[in-house]
Amino acid sequence: MSEPSIGTAIAGVVRRDLLLAARRKSEPLFTLGFFVLVASLFPLSIGPEPELLRRIAPGVLWVAALLAAMLSLGRMFAADYDDGTLEQLALAPVPLVTAVAGKVLAHWLVSGFPLVIVSPVLALQYGLPADVIAMLMLSLAIGTPVLSLVGAIGASLTLGVRGGGVLVALLVLPLYVPTLIFGAGAVDARLAGLSAAGNLSLLGACLALAALFAPLATAAGVRIALE
Amino acid sequence: MTNRLINWFRFGSPQSFYPLAGRMLPWFAALAAISGAIGLWIAFFVAPTDAQQGEAYRIIFVHVPAAWMSMFLYVVMACWAGIGLVLNTRLSAMMAHAIAPTGAMFAFLALWSGALWGRPTWGTYWVWDARLTSELVLFFLYLGYMALNAAIDDPRRADRAAAVLALVGVVNVPIIYFSVAWWNTLHQGASVSLMRAPSMAQTMLWGMLVMAIAFWMYSIAVALSRVRSIMLEREAHAEWARELIRQ
Repeated sequence: MSEPSIGTAIAGVVRRDLLLAARRKSEPLFTLGFFVLVASLFPLSIGPEPELLRRIAPGVLWVAALLAAMLSLGRMFAADYDDGTLEQLALAPVPLVTAVAGKVLAHWLVSGFPLVIVSPVLALQYGLPADVIAMLMLSLAIGTPVLSLVGAIGASLTLGVRGGGVLVALLVLPLYVPTLIFGAGAVDARLAGLSAAGNLSLLGACLALAALFAPLATAAGVRIALE
Repeated sequence: MTNRLINWFRFGSPQSFYPLAGRMLPWFAALAAISGAIGLWIAFFVAPTDAQQGEAYRIIFVHVPAAWMSMFLYVVMACWAGIGLVLNTRLSAMMAHAIAPTGAMFAFLALWSGALWGRPTWGTYWVWDARLTSELVLFFLYLGYMALNAAIDDPRRADRAAAVLALVGVVNVPIIYFSVAWWNTLHQGASVSLMRAPSMAQTMLWGMLVMAIAFWMYSIAVALSRVRSIMLEREAHAEWARELIRQ
């Protein structure tokens, strides 16, 4: 039997995870519902002044997206860890890193990408102009993959650990700081009529770095959990 | 050369490191006490009153060395964790484990003393500037490391998982620092720099350096004492540890 190529392996893992997500329709919707709910709570607590809401919208929407992406981290490996699929992936003839990369990609498609799609609706509620909405979508499209990649490290390290959910937040949130700053900063700059190019470039740099190193660290974490 | 290698590995085993740590401990503790006394004497009696900030500036004799140590200890901790992960040595992971609480304490001390200094100087306990924020994030990284260590029951697995986290954190610390440097508002520029002459009186600099040495020695002493406890705890099944506990 010839060994599968790395591309085939990643595609196989992604297809499997997407199929599982499609069969359990409710779970991906939880993330989305959480995002919408949190974003709608802020006007209720702060007040409906349009000026104020427009001013805080970039930060609020980014924090809501970040929390929503973090909430779904627990599901990334937990089910596969419990039923032994993760061990089979570790034994597969392709490096574990590829399986991990596939799972991270699937996680982003299920819980990161929908946030990008829904964000314009929420941005309209906050009264953002069209060009700022486009910038919000762009920054989320670059930033949410970083959240999935970095979050995967935390998810792998807390596999089968007591109080895993809260622990993941403690491990991962400090590492999310740069993504949050650059992402919200890009939208803020556009809102103030400035160029967002610097923030976007740095966000892209974060994505490149995370895409390179995070799967390696995650694979190491998975191996430690499987021992 | 071979001789040295053998010695090196000999002290990599908890059984032979335990008495060595016990012998080194009083020396470092004494050095910490002496340099701390000298440093505080310079800080309170020798250093002149600052023309702009008055007496309140004397907090920096604790604040700056604490901030230095908190960052330095994180790197040291990550180094031990990395060595433990690569060479699979038990003692390295125990050292990393022993350093973490001291580092977290210094990060907290730097934040706390900074707040006390900021109130009379800037008129506010807290500002969201680059260094304060990254020090706060560093404090959270320490907490995450200790929490992960505490949450995993199997000590060997806890060592390795926490080591991966420490390495990820050490890569992220500069990124976090530069990202929060965007809104650099109130904090003054670095007072001490290797590239140019320091912008403060000589005696102040000396006081700070002596205090930094005191904190350094204190960290070593506390880490050694803590690693001795960890060794006893982990090796409680071994004959040498049982004998020590029985005594």
